[in-house]
Amino acid sequence: MDVGYVELAIGSILISNFVLMKFLGLCPYLGVTKRTSDSVGMGLAVIFVMTLASAVTAALYRHVLLPTTPEHTNILQAVGFPFPAGERGLVDVLRTISYILVIAALVQFIEMVLRKSVPALYRALGIYLPLITTNCAVLGVALLNTTDWKGSASGLPVHLAAFNGFCAGIGFLLAMTLMSGIRERLAESRVPKALRGIPIAFLCAGLMALAFMGFTKLFGIAV
Amino acid sequence: MSLLRDFTDKPIKANPVFVLVLGLCPTLAVSTSVQNAVAMAAAATAVLVGSNLLISLIRRFIPNQIRIVCYIVVIAGFVTMVEIVMKALAPEEVNRALGIFIPLIVVNCIILGRAEGFASRHGVLSSLMDALGIGMGFLGALLSIAVLREVLGAGTLWGYRLTPLTIVGRTILPEYQPANILVMAPGAFLVIGLLFGFFHWIGNRRRARARRSGVPAVAQTAKDLPKPSSRDREVAGA
Repeated sequence: MDVGYVELAIGSILISNFVLMKFLGLCPYLGVTKRTSDSVGMGLAVIFVMTLASAVTAALYRHVLLPTTPEHTNILQAVGFPFPAGERGLVDVLRTISYILVIAALVQFIEMVLRKSVPALYRALGIYLPLITTNCAVLGVALLNTTDWKGSASGLPVHLAAFNGFCAGIGFLLAMTLMSGIRERLAESRVPKALRGIPIAFLCAGLMALAFMGFTKLFGIAV
Repeated sequence: MSLLRDFTDKPIKANPVFVLVLGLCPTLAVSTSVQNAVAMAAAATAVLVGSNLLISLIRRFIPNQIRIVCYIVVIAGFVTMVEIVMKALAPEEVNRALGIFIPLIVVNCIILGRAEGFASRHGVLSSLMDALGIGMGFLGALLSIAVLREVLGAGTLWGYRLTPLTIVGRTILPEYQPANILVMAPGAFLVIGLLFGFFHWIGNRRRARARRSGVPAVAQTAKDLPKPSSRDREVAGA
């Protein structure tokens, strides 16, 4: 694995920002960015869920879906469970459904744990957690870390996948905070009637995406 | 036939992208060319039809507490089938362009929203017509963006170069240097923002004209339709 923490951080936060470059997580991006406090809350919840979801799905990919290779062992094969032959193993059939069920279960679990153990944090983050299950950014980062990782067919190792998820969440938080700052000011400006609301938000996002395009090949990192 | 009227009205009055404002992620990502847009719309419509039909068939047997998980399992099953079929049948560059957005159909709010809001309460035939209507609306929305982005941003349509266009020796369209920004990330946001603004403008004029002439407004807007956010909140709470 020749990709390091710095490349992952700069790649996921700036160069391929998940919202502005990869078009993931747009529904909360438009819905929640009317106030900065909401955006920050949503962004923090997303960082939390993305990190855990990336770690769990990377482990699931390497140790349950892919067949045993010299680099990683498959738990099902080790136990003696009949496993289909072929180098893609269970990936094509079970990947989508197992990832989404894992993410849904994870969000439920986090909600229960937070409600019991840290009620203050639950009250701050609580309403955003159910919204994150259908957020395409979480499933997107899980897919991008594993099957769609350009470097190798077995995706990122679990610790790097978790870090990539964390950085993707930080990029999401960054984009949301920038957008909410702009929209709070737009609320007091004279926007043409046809452009009020969603159209002007998209146009602002377009200009921000244009600015973020300037980060391409930053420090020579090609992601 | 009210079923047929549903099918012709839904693509415009309940357009999933421009009226319901759902499913924005794949819309922006795959509208770089008309070929990708049509492939994505076909995949999403296939999943929508399959899941609406199956959920409408088994709607009386699903316990209320776990209904969202059941819908997700059904939708994921159809998405996996569509994934495998597309990998086999679609051209290589289409598969590479659509990338992760085919498996991401499983969290596409359009499909889960129709399952929860329509298929779980209506019969099989109505659910089928609803799925086809919403699918046509999605196709129309994707095409409107993709045509603009591909023609102006790459100078091609379905891969065929449009310029220079000469008929009987006379040059009708001269060589056009395409604006590459439109097929890249910012162009997606700008095009869809301007299209939204255009449709809002048309809606505003229609409502102003209806108000002036005293008849109730014909066009439905997103304000009249149920808000998607309360459904989202039920996803993990149910």
